[in-house]
Amino acid sequence: MTAFLTRTRGRKRLHWTDWMAYAYLTLGVLLMFGPVLWLVLSSFKTERELQNYPPRLLPYVQKMETVPGYDKPLPIYKVTAGPLAGQEVAQIRRIGLISQVVKPSDPKTVLKVPFKDRKAVEHVALATSNYSKLFERFNFFRFFYNSTFITVMATLITLLVNSMAAFALSKYQFRGRGLVMALIIGTLMIPPTVVLVPLFLIVRDFGMIDSLWGVIIPGAATPTGVFLLRQYMLTIPDEILDAARMDKASEWKIYWRIILPLSAPAIAVLAILSIMWRWNDFLWPLIALQKQENFTLQLALNSFRGEFTTDWASLLAMTVLTLVPIVVVFAFLQKYIATGIASTGGK
Amino acid sequence: MIQKRKIAAAAVAATFLAATAASAEVQLRFECAQDGNECDTMMTIFKQFEAKHPDIKVKMDLVPYKAILENLPVDLAAGTGPDLAKVTDLGGLHKYYLDLSPYVEKTYWEDNFGKTLDWYRAGPQDKGIYGLQTQLTITGAFVNKTLFDQANVALPGKDATWDDWAKASREVAKATGTRYPMAMDRSGHRFAGLAIPYGATYFDADGNPELNDPGFAAASKQFVAWNADGTMDRNVWAGQGGTSYADATKEFVNGELVFYYSGSWQIQKFADQIGDAFDWEVVPAPCGPAGPGHCSGMPGGSGVVGFKSTKHPKEVAELLNYLAQPDNYAMLEAKSLNIPANATVAKAGVKYEGATPGAAKALNAFSAQVPTISPVGYAYQGYKNNRAMFNITVTRLTQAIVGELSLTEALDRMSADLKQAVNAAQ
Amino acid sequence: MLSLITPLMQIIEWPMRALQRILGPRKLAWVFLLPNLFLFGFFTFLPVILNFFYATTGSDHILLEDRPYVGMRNFDELMNCTSYLDPNSCQIDLFWRAVHNTLWFIVLQVGFMVFFSMTTALILNRKIRARGFFRAVFFFPVLLSPVVVALVWKWILQDQGALNAVLDHFGLQTVNWMLSPTWAFAWSVFISVWFHMGFYTLILLAGLQSIPRDVYEAAAMDAASPWRVFRKITLPLLMPTMVVVLVLSLIKGVQTFDEVYAFTGGGPGSATTLVIQFIYQNGFAGAPRLFGLASAASILVAIVLIALTAVQLWITRRNANG
Repeated sequence: MTAFLTRTRGRKRLHWTDWMAYAYLTLGVLLMFGPVLWLVLSSFKTERELQNYPPRLLPYVQKMETVPGYDKPLPIYKVTAGPLAGQEVAQIRRIGLISQVVKPSDPKTVLKVPFKDRKAVEHVALATSNYSKLFERFNFFRFFYNSTFITVMATLITLLVNSMAAFALSKYQFRGRGLVMALIIGTLMIPPTVVLVPLFLIVRDFGMIDSLWGVIIPGAATPTGVFLLRQYMLTIPDEILDAARMDKASEWKIYWRIILPLSAPAIAVLAILSIMWRWNDFLWPLIALQKQENFTLQLALNSFRGEFTTDWASLLAMTVLTLVPIVVVFAFLQKYIATGIASTGGK
Repeated sequence: MIQKRKIAAAAVAATFLAATAASAEVQLRFECAQDGNECDTMMTIFKQFEAKHPDIKVKMDLVPYKAILENLPVDLAAGTGPDLAKVTDLGGLHKYYLDLSPYVEKTYWEDNFGKTLDWYRAGPQDKGIYGLQTQLTITGAFVNKTLFDQANVALPGKDATWDDWAKASREVAKATGTRYPMAMDRSGHRFAGLAIPYGATYFDADGNPELNDPGFAAASKQFVAWNADGTMDRNVWAGQGGTSYADATKEFVNGELVFYYSGSWQIQKFADQIGDAFDWEVVPAPCGPAGPGHCSGMPGGSGVVGFKSTKHPKEVAELLNYLAQPDNYAMLEAKSLNIPANATVAKAGVKYEGATPGAAKALNAFSAQVPTISPVGYAYQGYKNNRAMFNITVTRLTQAIVGELSLTEALDRMSADLKQAVNAAQ
Repeated sequence: MLSLITPLMQIIEWPMRALQRILGPRKLAWVFLLPNLFLFGFFTFLPVILNFFYATTGSDHILLEDRPYVGMRNFDELMNCTSYLDPNSCQIDLFWRAVHNTLWFIVLQVGFMVFFSMTTALILNRKIRARGFFRAVFFFPVLLSPVVVALVWKWILQDQGALNAVLDHFGLQTVNWMLSPTWAFAWSVFISVWFHMGFYTLILLAGLQSIPRDVYEAAAMDAASPWRVFRKITLPLLMPTMVVVLVLSLIKGVQTFDEVYAFTGGGPGSATTLVIQFIYQNGFAGAPRLFGLASAASILVAIVLIALTAVQLWITRRNANG
């Protein structure tokens, strides 16, 4: 890792700002990635281990051993005091404060050890059953399909509709432009939680409740997206457009042949954000979808949350599974963020 | 070619027939959220029902509990609700319930579900049958018996007061170096398990709800004091805010807590997670300062209801009636490890399936407490705005615990909040 | 993907060309706006309008037609205070506690958010190794759900959490972070910056691409200091994107709720109760649901936000010109 970080680029030595940058990034990895990594590790813990207080980093389980003469594997303890101190014993049963144990080497002789003088022997083991249970428990692929369909369709619609609007709002002077812009930003001010119920009633009147389209359509015209794209398009010089108009290019052609490619970084960002929003959306699908066959991954994931308890082992395993596709998409799309005017040498 | 076309035509006809057959069949949608396996167990029983009624199909939508609590009421108001659901806000959703009494044998329900039927009703004059209590819960205390043994402290007996328990728990915690003597779930419902023994009435003489009667105030004072002097695990109440729920399961399961006031729904989890680590027990309901006769837990739980908006009221009622029959009901309780609310089943006793001896003992200990539940507990559980009262209790009492408000201010705020809530609900 | 889009775009070009001939290029702007405005109007703007009706009606009914008109009563109740500085003197004290908390919260959160996302974006924009990996690292938390974020930070910060274990290991004084109002608040700010930083970093990263490289090359020739390059070139040219980040971080800062709610529940007491939690608890989680009060509160918040955003835009515009 150090060798990799200190390798200099070309002939130049690392500037001090490079050192600062790498120091910052290392700290960032620790702080940003550490908790995420802990979550991923924890998804391999048993429910009991997740309840451990204080929490531990790695997934542990108690060592179990099959001892001749006993049907079930017995838990292994290490004796901490008394004549057996330091030895590993298998516990048969516990009565009050006394443990009845045997040495695995001598399963016939039952010994007694005070309850507080024993310590469980543990080893790291991955509870992969957290994952396999998910597939037994419900139709994972159905939810996966629903989530994917919603995410892909919604993102395509969002990108098209928002970029068209942003183009109009950034590259045309027309009466009402300021008003439209103000309305779009203004609606951002009302917290989404508050409008859920009115929105639900409207979507019901459109007859889209309990359909995937009822999840896709309402959020497609995101104010954030229009705002983001519009601000980016403002930085594209108007001269490019005028030159194209001189060449008799239609406005639509200018939009998709010039503006869209030049806005690639912002479009990529909006694509990533839209995919993320849709994939992780919970509140709106929860109210808009009712039949289980229409549920998304997030809804299925949250059904592990009951009134009093949460099945964290399953919930975390499912969280990790739902993270995988979106991480892959991010890895693919983030490249486009760096392909703007700068690298195409646009002007 | 002709052959092919014939096959195609036959296939079309077949699908058409299948489609018409399907439309003749009644489909009931059942919305359910679960902590353990309640919904899954109900579905196994519903499958048996389907076998007997081939024209009825039940489809379960397993949802997060949040959907039941927050979205179901919106769905019902908007007319897009399911046919039946397992609900917890028993009184609050009354206006959407389907009255089952025209379709079911009334005396059977009255005789067996007696008191719990009231929880679904609009008031004393309402004689309808609306819901089947599938999960009767009762609040109560768990103790870490092993810690008591280690400390050589005897468990306080049957008529022990809350104060006796506090003393004993502190003693045990001190002797064994345990972090927390006592804890109570952060819930207004659990708090009632302390307040009722202290004499809280929750309703004034005219039956109007109130949150400042002397008993309630005394319990609040005691609770705040216990949080201040370290008797109670402060993390549970003071570590949170607003109406959010918090429990001390982690602390208890890890042997860091001596006395834990929670409820019967914890048994399964404790049996699974504590395993052999220590012995735990359900103790008799702690009493108030007035001693014996003032000892009561708070009842609660969830039930399955049908909704008025359903297109198939008869089928919904038939289904619920089937589930309510002693054999089926007993099976549900046995598999989901719950206390029966059905008198016949309770009398016969439930043979809990797959429960460890400790869990079965705990379940029976709770069942034995059901007859001792105070009428105040039943009335409070059946009151339609009780969720508002639970929420207000939790929010304001926590503010008193952390010192944002004095106890008097907190109690005054509770009354004001309650007034606002009751006005809005009319 | 592109092979699909190109023919689609070419098909749309025919009607658009025809429309351009009829309407002229200027009015065509409305055609570009139309699909968005249609969706926006029905599914974003209309609910906001309905929200006003909820704010002026009472009771716990969900359907508007069932709700009695109460005029400005909800607003009056919210504003009924002897002193706005002392929440205890207000009729709805929890609203004002939440307002006070939120004000502090946004001052800290927006400041840290802009600073750290800017720094991160600048660093990630450099020619560094494994750039894709580092970008992903900073973006990861954004992908998590609030419940899970709260869960992992509770493991770290609870009484017997990871942080206290580390402090204890080095012989330092441990703190019960979740029980101290000040610490719980500070950590809530931290967690919300941690959670959302990647979002703004990404936007800024895209914005940095719009700055032509030759400008920097010219600056390098003049041997300008990095700080000077940043102030004189990067910042002004980044301004349109900066506006997005400033406006969104303010709006979303005020609307912070999920992660803090899942983390502290608004506690201890009401120390981290933010205004959206107040709205949520009254309008949704509450029983009975005080929709009217919740909607009225949301409108009051929106008014303040509009004012703050206007000030913000005015300042950025002045700076951009000056």
